[in-house]
Amino acid sequence: MQPKMILALALCGIWVAGCATRPSDSEAERALAEMIKASFKTRGQATIDRLNQDEVQALCSEYKGEPPEGVRQKIEKSQQATLRYPVSGKMMGDWREGQRIAQSGAGRQFTDDPARPAGGSCYNCHQLAPQELSFGTIGPSLYRFGKLRGSSEAIQKYAYGKIYNSEAFSACSNMPRLGHNGVLTEEQITHLVALLLDPESPVNK
Amino acid sequence: MRIHRVLAGVLTAMLPCFAPAQQDTLKEIERYRQLLQDGNPAELYEARGEELWKRGRGPKNASLERCDLGLGPGVVKGAYVRLPRYFADTDRVQDLESRLVTCMVTLQGFTTEEAKRNPFSGTGVPMLTTDPFSGVGQRSVMTDLVAWIASESRGMKIAPSMSHPKERLAYQAGENLFYYRAGPYDFGCVTCHGEEGKRIRLQNLPKMTNAKDAQRAFGTWPAYRVSEGELRSMQWRMWECVRQMRFPELEFASDASIALITYLAKKAEGGALDAPAIKR
Amino acid sequence: MVDPMRIRANMTGDKVEVKVLMSHEMETGLRKDAQGKIIPAHFIRNVTVTHGGKTVLSAQWGTSVSRNPFLHFRFKGGKPGDKVTISWADNNGEKRTDEATIAGG
Repeated sequence: MQPKMILALALCGIWVAGCATRPSDSEAERALAEMIKASFKTRGQATIDRLNQDEVQALCSEYKGEPPEGVRQKIEKSQQATLRYPVSGKMMGDWREGQRIAQSGAGRQFTDDPARPAGGSCYNCHQLAPQELSFGTIGPSLYRFGKLRGSSEAIQKYAYGKIYNSEAFSACSNMPRLGHNGVLTEEQITHLVALLLDPESPVNK
Repeated sequence: MRIHRVLAGVLTAMLPCFAPAQQDTLKEIERYRQLLQDGNPAELYEARGEELWKRGRGPKNASLERCDLGLGPGVVKGAYVRLPRYFADTDRVQDLESRLVTCMVTLQGFTTEEAKRNPFSGTGVPMLTTDPFSGVGQRSVMTDLVAWIASESRGMKIAPSMSHPKERLAYQAGENLFYYRAGPYDFGCVTCHGEEGKRIRLQNLPKMTNAKDAQRAFGTWPAYRVSEGELRSMQWRMWECVRQMRFPELEFASDASIALITYLAKKAEGGALDAPAIKR
Repeated sequence: MVDPMRIRANMTGDKVEVKVLMSHEMETGLRKDAQGKIIPAHFIRNVTVTHGGKTVLSAQWGTSVSRNPFLHFRFKGGKPGDKVTISWADNNGEKRTDEATIAGG
């Protein structure tokens, strides 16, 4: 047999063997979608459509949370476009109420009462007021957030925006897009901004 | 444990007086964990599980002693650490609990629905409005069996099979699920389990792609969870994580649950099984 | 049908060291179910340990002891081969008695 023929046959063999054990990307995608449909079910407020990803979720999944620079910028730009600030212009509410919202980890689970307002789950991931020792470290410490930055309107806008849609600032952030996804109300976010920025807040003492 | 909770509460209240208070909190929690090690109530579940394996049950009044968990019919020792794996008779990858469902159906004559009922142990009083896992006045046969079968692999190396194409597909699907961001909180497993040295509140989080973390995490389930007063398995752990991720409900012994467990078992490969353990 | 206690009794020096795991709900009577109904109290009231006809430990428990109680204690005067008998009685009148043989030190 001619060498070219042997090579061609060998390559064919490798190609066929490869196909037998590795599905194409779109096949894998379809298989995953089918598996999800067959394995999850609506329960209470946690409906099955929650597993339909928006573009950002899909991209962040595809890149395993670490998108290349071009994709990062694309995501941040699209998320910046979603930022909505209070019409009244008042972005700082009551830090006491903010502390309550930050402490509460309730909201949107099928075991949560849908009528009850969601909390921010802030202490799950962040340090805030120093008296609270039970804090997480998934996110950076926010202790002295306002003391270090002041509470100008620009900083208020920044803090409000971060809570509203963290991915406007950091693509594929671990932090939930609490405002954009409708978890927290505008009013609730203003209370969290106060918790972070009000000089009287324990966060800044 | 209520006495310990009161003690922990008093200590936590006193902590602002001490510096560094945070270190004391973590030390006390570690001390509490040490105190828990003796007298693990998992033994009670294991004893029941062994009896349930051998007892005739169901329409066929048959025992599970001919159940093949991967090492041949009736071989229990060492089976848990070799799961999940592909099974030719069902032509799919299965973990322990889905395999027990298969055996309950084929050997004992239960329907799939009956076999899957009440998979998670409860006090017998429903704590959640539509929670199927706390059966009324009923223990969980599945939980007891898992406790005993896991105990028969205690100390052995975690070694899930990865030679069959379907096993590799299950691993791949599990990995894709691990990174799947969805729901109103944009969570994926990776959100909490993707970085080293993190914790949620005061609960340390294993980085699942880090072998040592994965070995310790995977190798300590099933475990008696003191805070719940119940023995919990990997199937339960997946169900509970998914609930807290604000996802819809992950069905018991579903393909996605098996895929996730396959992925995690492979990540934990080589670690020693230290289960049934006891946790907070 | 109540699960048997799991008892280990060993010599440590001149004392007998006993570890016993009891299977019991230890419900405080303060918890509510999903419908808001109180889950009735169901807990061990008394524990008695005897050896050679003598009571070596007597305990009066209440709702502060958690589910599946683990009891660990030592007593003097026992030797390998002797029997140790443990009994509990709860607020519903249920009882359980199990015994173990003291193992060598």
